[in-house]
Amino acid sequence: MTDVTHDHASSTGISNVKLGMWAFLGSECLLFGGLISTYMLYRGRVTGGPRPSQIFDIPFTSVSSFILLMSSLTMVLAVSAAHKEDDRKINLWLTVTALLGATFVGGQVYEFTAFYKEGLGFSTSLFGSSFYTLTGFHGVHVTVGIIMLMSLVGILKRSKVPGKKAEVVEMIGLYWHFVDIVWIIIFTLVYLIPV
Amino acid sequence: MTTETAPSTHEKEHGMSDAGYIRIALILAAITALEVSTYYVDFGVLFLPALLIMMVVKFVMVVSYFMHLKFDNKVFSFLFYAGLFLAVGVYIAFLATFKFFLQ
Repeated sequence: MTDVTHDHASSTGISNVKLGMWAFLGSECLLFGGLISTYMLYRGRVTGGPRPSQIFDIPFTSVSSFILLMSSLTMVLAVSAAHKEDDRKINLWLTVTALLGATFVGGQVYEFTAFYKEGLGFSTSLFGSSFYTLTGFHGVHVTVGIIMLMSLVGILKRSKVPGKKAEVVEMIGLYWHFVDIVWIIIFTLVYLIPV
Repeated sequence: MTTETAPSTHEKEHGMSDAGYIRIALILAAITALEVSTYYVDFGVLFLPALLIMMVVKFVMVVSYFMHLKFDNKVFSFLFYAGLFLAVGVYIAFLATFKFFLQ
């Protein structure tokens, strides 16, 4: 079966799709920059409820971070397989990436539940509000990534990829790696640096 | 007997093989382990600079190698780093306005 191929190269020789994705990721830096700096400003504002040091479970979050980091490896292996036109490996690595991402999100849901039971609600303190907003936004980004990965696996199986297969896998890969680099920053600034 | 194979199109375009990606992932895992160790071991005055340096190194490695920015067209680097540095500049100014760095 053949791919339906549309050439997105512009007069500059640069792919418009890729250009658009990098511009989008550049703009996402501003979104997460705002959320991270708001958290940094409010993390010490605890008038009621637990303080960060009382509820953060560093060993648990470290394992979650490691899982997300390894999902970047499986994603890049999927992109590599796409360039080699190895459909079996593309499906394998995309599925593994989605599973690792789902494990990370599952860990985040568990963490949120544990924090809530320990008395940290969304409106308990400025720390709680900024923490849930920042990590929640990141979790939503990971979830959107998982949906895109699983959709791509389904589309690839039906061989109905709109455009060049390798480029489509690469674009979703760029989004996924971005979600990973945002977590690299969150893990250090939110969890490892004490208030 | 050697079993050298010609680099694939992907390797030619992006300068990395699958083994290369695994090496990068192992380095990233090692840095993450070092980061976590700062929670248990007292690094003294080096604690904050060491953590921030490790964070930046991991960030740059993922962007350069996994996102291929090191091997790709410089326009993409400009688009991404322009957004990143704009965000860092704007929010450092924002935090300075609230006297965050004087706390």
